[in-house]
Amino acid sequence: MSIAKVNLKKKLMPENRRQLPKVLTGIEGVDLITDGGLPKARASLICGGTGTGKTLMAMEFLLRGARQFNEPGVFMAFEESTNDLIANVASIGFDLEGLITSKKVVVDFVYIDRDEIVEAGKYNLDALFIRLGAAIDAIGAKRVVLDTIESLFSNLPNPAVLRAELHRLFRWLKEKGVTAVITGEAGKDTLSRKGIEEFVSDCVINLTISIEGLVASRRLRIVKYRGSSHGTNEYPFVIDEKGISLVPITSSRLEHKVSTTRISSGIQRLDTMLGGAGFFQGSVILISGPSGTGKTTFMSYFADAACRRNERVVYFSFEESPAQIIRNMNSVGLSLDQWVKKGLLVMESKWPNQCGLDMHLFLAQEVIEEHAPKIVIMDPVTSFGNIANPRDVKRMLMKFVDNMKSLGITAMFGSLTPSGLPTDVAAVNISSLIDSWISLRDPESDGERNRGIYILKSRGMNHSNQVREFLISDHGVEICDVYIGAGGVATGGARLNMLAQEKALGLKLQEEIELRQFDLENKRNVLDSRIAAMRAEFAAQEASNLKMIAQEKTRRAQVSADRTAMGKVRNVDEHHTPVKAKRRSK
Amino acid sequence: MTDKPIDLRVHQKKETANAQSKKWILRLYVAGTTTRSMSAISNIKKICEEKLNGRYVLEVIDLYQQPLLAAGHQIIAIPTLIRELPPPLRRIIGDLSDTEKVLEGLDLKSL
Repeated sequence: MSIAKVNLKKKLMPENRRQLPKVLTGIEGVDLITDGGLPKARASLICGGTGTGKTLMAMEFLLRGARQFNEPGVFMAFEESTNDLIANVASIGFDLEGLITSKKVVVDFVYIDRDEIVEAGKYNLDALFIRLGAAIDAIGAKRVVLDTIESLFSNLPNPAVLRAELHRLFRWLKEKGVTAVITGEAGKDTLSRKGIEEFVSDCVINLTISIEGLVASRRLRIVKYRGSSHGTNEYPFVIDEKGISLVPITSSRLEHKVSTTRISSGIQRLDTMLGGAGFFQGSVILISGPSGTGKTTFMSYFADAACRRNERVVYFSFEESPAQIIRNMNSVGLSLDQWVKKGLLVMESKWPNQCGLDMHLFLAQEVIEEHAPKIVIMDPVTSFGNIANPRDVKRMLMKFVDNMKSLGITAMFGSLTPSGLPTDVAAVNISSLIDSWISLRDPESDGERNRGIYILKSRGMNHSNQVREFLISDHGVEICDVYIGAGGVATGGARLNMLAQEKALGLKLQEEIELRQFDLENKRNVLDSRIAAMRAEFAAQEASNLKMIAQEKTRRAQVSADRTAMGKVRNVDEHHTPVKAKRRSK
Repeated sequence: MTDKPIDLRVHQKKETANAQSKKWILRLYVAGTTTRSMSAISNIKKICEEKLNGRYVLEVIDLYQQPLLAAGHQIIAIPTLIRELPPPLRRIIGDLSDTEKVLEGLDLKSL
């Protein structure tokens, strides 16, 4: 993809612009893919089937020339009358009548009634030249449209003469120096029914309209552009009240400025999972999940958080009306209508099949241009899968993403995962465009469905790799851990069950501990009392022993005293007596 | 639509009557004095003299002189001969060298 983009860029932006002179058409997008408009002073052919917008495109080229570039123009109409043309272009916002009055535009309706005409001899188209010349000179025209000059073939006899005359006409126009646009009805296998492309060799633009699933989409392709580089793709375009717009491809270059600013998802725990700070500003976020997993709730929370930060949000819904979303979000505690009233939140609802993909993209971009939001939410993008093939949806979203990135807008897409598919497969294969992908899932177990959230990827941040369970209640979204234990991962009732079991087990353990503590305490008490008793016994023993010792001492002292007294009585020698006496006392 | 053939017959009768009695007004548009223009002028003059002796007005308009008339009168081919009167309006393009076709175109065959 990026290679293609680079090539396109090179094609659109050649290094040296030595190309033939061009005139801007003023039609959004056309000037870009033609690298500056149509070849100046030459004729370009716009061909296509009925109702593809040939006349309108030619007319817009002329009117924008007169209005924006001060290049008056002549519109030579072979199929529609002046009044019809005035009415037709009024519907796309052009005042053709005013431009005619102010001599910026001349409309010459060439009316040919085939039944009136008889050919009687050789003729040429000098009168047409004179007519055109007079009109060009009258206003100094620089642009000429011939719509559809081919119809001459069905109204005038002798095609050979006509061919020669048309060759002469285009040479003459070139000499006149006017830039011409010719329209041609597409033939079965040819660009135009009468092979008018052979006269106009410089630039051929083909318009087509295709119907896919009841929805029409218009495409434009530059078939050839002699002497100029040009985009070669089929470019989708839309016709609305402002005329033709090529769906902008202005910035199909991978050169977006990136932001390091982080913005909250509106759910604190999710921010934590996203590296602790939420999404990157200007990133592209995908919320995918099966039906009923809460995608809209997540997106509404994101919107709510942005509005709280005083940022503008545009919310495109393709399945629910704004009123319904607001009501539903009230039930989870979000009041979005306050933001709508404040003008911070713009909600747009459309059925996907209301218009073609490109029109959707175009309308979305118009709303975005008008409101200049910081955040754009599309809920869900998978509904485009109903109206177009996945490749086109991806292309459209790619353009959209590209635009959002160039504007620095954070985009959030909802994506419905069809039941039965793995949850990490988005119905629309846009995963490569996504910066942050939140996958919601609803595993079923034990007769209940629970909601799980998982960050499938989030570029540029260290995000959580855990599956979390989340609950949506009237307080909003609550993300909790899943139970991870011996029995594996459990959610919902199973998780609560596990938790209860764990709690019971804990209680039991607690009791046991308490019991042991009590026992220990008891033993300590017993020990203490024993020690006390022993101590008391010892104390009693000690007291009695001490008493006996004291008594003995007293007695011995008494004996000694008695003996001395006796000795005195017997008149024993003073010197020897103590020894003898001592011995005896022992 | 259903009574168209009847209508046509009535018209043709009227025209024939007109052709015999009333004046014819013819306009020939040319561009400059090219040989083709010149031969167209002489061709129509000859036919008119033969068929409408004295009962016609032929106006030759050179669009180079009056270019705005080309758009005004819805002319694209040169030369163009227009039968203004009697109605209905007829256009014959070419240098009028094919006399049969001219008479057919002008409804003068019966005369």
